[in-house]
Amino acid sequence: MNRLIADTGVIFGRSLRQTLRSKTALTFGMLQPLLFLALMGPLLSRLDLRTGGTAWQAFVPGLLVQLALLGGMFVGLGILIERQVGVIDRMRVTPLHPAAPLLGRMLRDVVQLVVQSALLVLLGVAFGLRAPVGGVLLGFVFVALLSAALSMLSYGLAMNVRTAPEFAAIANTTVLPLMLLAGLLLPMTLAPGWLDAASRIVPFRYTVDAVRHLYLGEYADGTVLAGLAVTAALAALGLAGGLALFRRSGRTP
Amino acid sequence: MTSPVLDVHGLSRTFRLRSGPVHAVRGLDLSAERGEVLGVLGPNGAGKTTTVRMLATLLPPTGGRAVVAGRDLLADPAGVRARIGYVAQSGGLDPNCPVGEELVTQGRMHGLPRAGSRARAAELAADLNLADLLDRPTAALSGGQRRRLEIALGLVNRPEVLFLDEPTTGLDPGSRADLWDLVRRVRREHGTTVLLTTHYLDEADALADRLVIVDAGAVVAEGTPADLKARHGAATLQDAFLAITGRATDAPAAV
Ligand SMILES: Nc1ncnc2c1ncn2[C@@H]1O[C@H](COP(=O)(O)OP(=O)(O)OP(=O)(O)O)[C@@H](O)[C@H]1O
Ligand SMILES: [Mg+2]
Repeated sequence: MNRLIADTGVIFGRSLRQTLRSKTALTFGMLQPLLFLALMGPLLSRLDLRTGGTAWQAFVPGLLVQLALLGGMFVGLGILIERQVGVIDRMRVTPLHPAAPLLGRMLRDVVQLVVQSALLVLLGVAFGLRAPVGGVLLGFVFVALLSAALSMLSYGLAMNVRTAPEFAAIANTTVLPLMLLAGLLLPMTLAPGWLDAASRIVPFRYTVDAVRHLYLGEYADGTVLAGLAVTAALAALGLAGGLALFRRSGRTP
Repeated sequence: MTSPVLDVHGLSRTFRLRSGPVHAVRGLDLSAERGEVLGVLGPNGAGKTTTVRMLATLLPPTGGRAVVAGRDLLADPAGVRARIGYVAQSGGLDPNCPVGEELVTQGRMHGLPRAGSRARAAELAADLNLADLLDRPTAALSGGQRRRLEIALGLVNRPEVLFLDEPTTGLDPGSRADLWDLVRRVRREHGTTVLLTTHYLDEADALADRLVIVDAGAVVAEGTPADLKARHGAATLQDAFLAITGRATDAPAAV
C-alpha cells in the first residue's frame, strides 16, 4: 500500500511536470470551454432554461462537465504516444507498482481539470454567474470524480488500440453522442419527452443535473444524491476497468 | 562452478496472428554466470529481441522457464525487475523531458528516495559523460548521446543483470569504443552480468566472453569466440557465423 502511494506520487510528479512544460496544450485545452462561455453564454443569459435559477447557473455546470468529458476522453493520446516510443516498457521494467502508471497520470488529470474548472467558474462570475460557494466547491468534487473515471477508461483504451487514429476515432464517436444526450449545453428540461427519456441512459446526465442543483444551493435533494451515486459508481467502474485494461495490455505484445 | 545468474530452459514464444502462428522463439536455452558478458548473435528475425523482452518481464513466454538475477521469471517478476537493467533496441525516452530529470525519475521509479536518486543521477551523468547535457530535452540529443542516456537509465539500480539490445547500432566508432569501455567497467566494478545482442561480429569478438548464436528462435551454436572459429575452421568470426547460420535471411520460422 505504501509502495502504491509512493509510486503513484512519483508518476504524478512526472506527469505534472510534463503538463507544465507543454504550455500550448494547457492553453488550448482551456480555450474551447472559455469560448463557449464567452460566445454562447450571453446568448442564453436572458432565456429561461427552466432549471429554477439563472441561465448561468445552468450553463456553467454544463461547461464544467463538458470540459471533464472532452479533456478526459482524450488523455489517452498521451499514454499512447509514450507506449509507442517505449516509455511504458521502460516503466514496466522497474519495480514500480503496476497500478501507479495509470493512477499517477489520472491524479494529474484531475488536478488539471479542477484548476481549469476554477478558472472557468471565475470567468463565469465575471459574466454574471452567481452561485453559493459551497455549491461551487461541491461541484468540483463531482467533476473531479467524472474526470477520474474518464481518464482511467481513456488510458485503458489507449493501451489496447494499435494506432493514434484508431484511438481518436473511437474516442470521437463515443464522446459526441454522449455530450449531446447528456444535455450539457442546454438542459434536458427543454427537451421533448422522448429525448429526455433517452438522455437518462447517459450517466453524465445525472452528474450535470446534480451540479446544477448544487449551484442553486440545494445540497441534499434527490437529484444531487442520484448524481453522486451515478458519478461515484462511474469512478469505481473507470478505476477497475482502466486498471484491468492496463494489465491486459501487459500480457499482449 | 557458482550457480548461474541467468539460467534459461526451453524458453518459447509463439505470436498468434490472423495469418497464422509465428514461432519467434522455440525452446531456447541460455546461461550466464556472475560478471560474464554473453553476446547473442543471429540474423534479423532470429528472436533476439523477443528473448530479451521475455527475460526483462515485458513479454510473457508461451513456454519454458528462466531464472534471472537469481529470481524465477514467472513466479517473481517483481523481484527480477528490481535486479535488472533493460536497454531496448530503440526508444524509451520522453522527448520533452530534460536529461537530468529523466535520470532522477528513473531512480525514483526504482524506489530510491529523492536525495539518493539525485546523487545516483549525478554519479551516472559523470560516468557516462552526460554532465553537460542535464538541462537539455532528450529530443535534442545526438544518437550517441541518447544511447548513453538510455544506458544510464538502465544502470540506475546497479543491476545484477544488464540487457542491452543492439546497444551500438548507429553509433560512430568513438562512441562505440566508449560503450565497450563502459560495459567492461560495469562488469569489472560491479560484477554485472551483461547480455548483449549485436550484429557487429567485431564487437562480439572484442567484448563477449561467450557467444550464443540464435537462428529461427533456437540456439544453433555456443562457445567462446575462439571456440567457434576453431570449431568451424574459420579465420574470422564472420566466416564462422556464416558457416553456422548458413545464410543471412529474415524469414520468420513458421511451422
Ligand atoms: N508482436 C509481434 N507479433 C508478431 N510477430 C512478432 C512480434 N514481435 C516479433 N515478431 C516476430 O518474431 C520474430 C523474431 O523477432 P525479433 O524481433 O525477436 O527478432 P530479432 O532477432 O531481434 O531481429 P533483429 O535483428 O532484426 O532485431 C520475427 O519473425 C518477428 O516478425
Ligand atoms: Mg531485435
